[in-house]
Amino acid sequence: MKIMDKWLEFRNSPRFEDRKGAAVKKSKNLLLTVLQVILIVGISYVILSPVIGIVSQSFFSDSDSANPMVFTIPMNPTVERYVVSFQQLKYPATLASTLLYTIVNTLLQVFICSMVGYGFARFDFPGKKFFFACVVVMIVVPSHTIMLPQYMTFRSMELMRSTWPMYILSACGVGLRSGLFIYIFNQFFRGLPKEIEEAAFVDGAGTAYTYLCIMLVNAIPAVITVTVFSLVWQYNDMFYAKLFQIPNEALLARMLSTLQNNVAANLKIMSVRLQKLFVNAGVVLVMLPILLIYLVLQKRFVEGVERSGIVG
Amino acid sequence: MKKLHLTMAGRRARNGYLFILPWFIGFVLFYVRSLYMTVQFSLNTLTVPPAGGYTLDFVGLQNYITAFTGHGTFKQTLVTSLSNMVIDVPLIIFFSLFVAMLLNRKMKCRGLVRAIFFLPVLLNSEAISGTLSYAAQMMAGGLSSTSAEMAEAASSGSAVNMQYFIALFGELALPTSVLDYVVGAVGRISDIIKASGVQIVLFIAALQSITPSMYEVAKIEGATGYETFWKVTFPMVMPHIITNTIYTIVDAFSRSDVVNLAYTTAFTEGNYGLSSAFSVISSVITCALLALVVWFMSKRTFYYN
Repeated sequence: MKIMDKWLEFRNSPRFEDRKGAAVKKSKNLLLTVLQVILIVGISYVILSPVIGIVSQSFFSDSDSANPMVFTIPMNPTVERYVVSFQQLKYPATLASTLLYTIVNTLLQVFICSMVGYGFARFDFPGKKFFFACVVVMIVVPSHTIMLPQYMTFRSMELMRSTWPMYILSACGVGLRSGLFIYIFNQFFRGLPKEIEEAAFVDGAGTAYTYLCIMLVNAIPAVITVTVFSLVWQYNDMFYAKLFQIPNEALLARMLSTLQNNVAANLKIMSVRLQKLFVNAGVVLVMLPILLIYLVLQKRFVEGVERSGIVG
Repeated sequence: MKKLHLTMAGRRARNGYLFILPWFIGFVLFYVRSLYMTVQFSLNTLTVPPAGGYTLDFVGLQNYITAFTGHGTFKQTLVTSLSNMVIDVPLIIFFSLFVAMLLNRKMKCRGLVRAIFFLPVLLNSEAISGTLSYAAQMMAGGLSSTSAEMAEAASSGSAVNMQYFIALFGELALPTSVLDYVVGAVGRISDIIKASGVQIVLFIAALQSITPSMYEVAKIEGATGYETFWKVTFPMVMPHIITNTIYTIVDAFSRSDVVNLAYTTAFTEGNYGLSSAFSVISSVITCALLALVVWFMSKRTFYYN
């Protein structure tokens, strides 16, 4: 009975209310965390499952793919798919030219868009509002609206079947989603304190020097954000690649779309089921470089977006 | 040569023009000119000799009339694309806001989770999805496909057992239209997740930019979590919702079937005039839709600064 008395005493003391509140709060938090984990794991599964499927199938040997007992984990793993896809994609050469194309475009985009964004953010000139409205129009009007005239223009300049049209567009600030990049830079520069530039001006720095050596350095988060977006979108882009008929040998994305037919024609593999295994290996080979680049830039990128202040 | 004497403001204005000059040249040469040419093409019949150059034949509104009355699939494709967009955009926006709030809580391996959620942006390439769907198509209806392969291709589409959920919710006596919408959303959950990578990143940035003192005040005044969301979080991210909606609509549109139709009409069938008419019509409709959405939302938006 002693325990019962003690319990009643505790039950009526103010300490009980405190403990109760803490316990309720704690279990609430625990429940929320469990819910959060379940949701995140579930959504991650939806995102990752096709990737896992592709990767695992790319290691299937002929017998695995014919065996209905094999699911996800191959019994006789083989790297033959990769060897063949590697050759059929002419991987080293194609990758090199793809990277060159992607990186040159990204550098041009970052340089030009940051310059234009800075111009809009820090200088007052007549017609500024109108010009900035033009940038917004570039974001809003879908790029396919002007695909035909662009095709005709570069065709008459005889620049088809090369990467030049894309370089020219990027250098003029009207490349792949340039409007969005100008917008991001403008937003970011507007958020930087004016005092930095005033100090630079008092110390005798010219406008070009202020922009290149002071403002651009301060805008590293925005620069990284734009770099990642530009790299990824340019690497994956098929719209402009098809429009300007960039040769298949120059871009991995283009090579990939012909991989299945190449495997069928060059290796005389007629079973669609087997062809698909080669395609899976090819997809992994194409995904890998951009994934690696992203992982290297990732840490700084997430911080970058958070501080780049993309506001509506 | 006489030296120009400019005031400080004048010099700043000149420098401003110099900074936006490269974009301005490109904008005039490649953008305004192209927009004008698109409209011009749509009013003409275009003949493109293989040697280069092109000739125009003025036909007035003939291409537009053909688009709406003569062409077999344009109207259908346009309506399907638009209705898909109208259905998907709210789902994507709410889903990405929800996920952003989920990822914004403190937890272990946040970096890894964020990387996973950004994966779809990396892998959402037309080349990859196109190649895979081509392979699946070959499986389903290719010449050498066997019945087993066809069954595999057919069953690999959706892992969600729809019938079960439909029966489950059917007993709640929900209106059929609501039920259909929800069931459709669940069926396309994978597409919605794939399309919301960029939006999630933007929303996380938005959530982080809200000053913590707002939440402190709400807490001291005794607001519940539910109230805090509707009175603090939601109004503060409203401007970002507009940005994201614009981005989502443009993005959804650029990968819709109308764009494909315009592309094939021009480059496979060689009917450049009609293709331009398609582009003009669909772009005008998208811009009208965007203007409507932005106008509707900005009336309800509160701008903090």
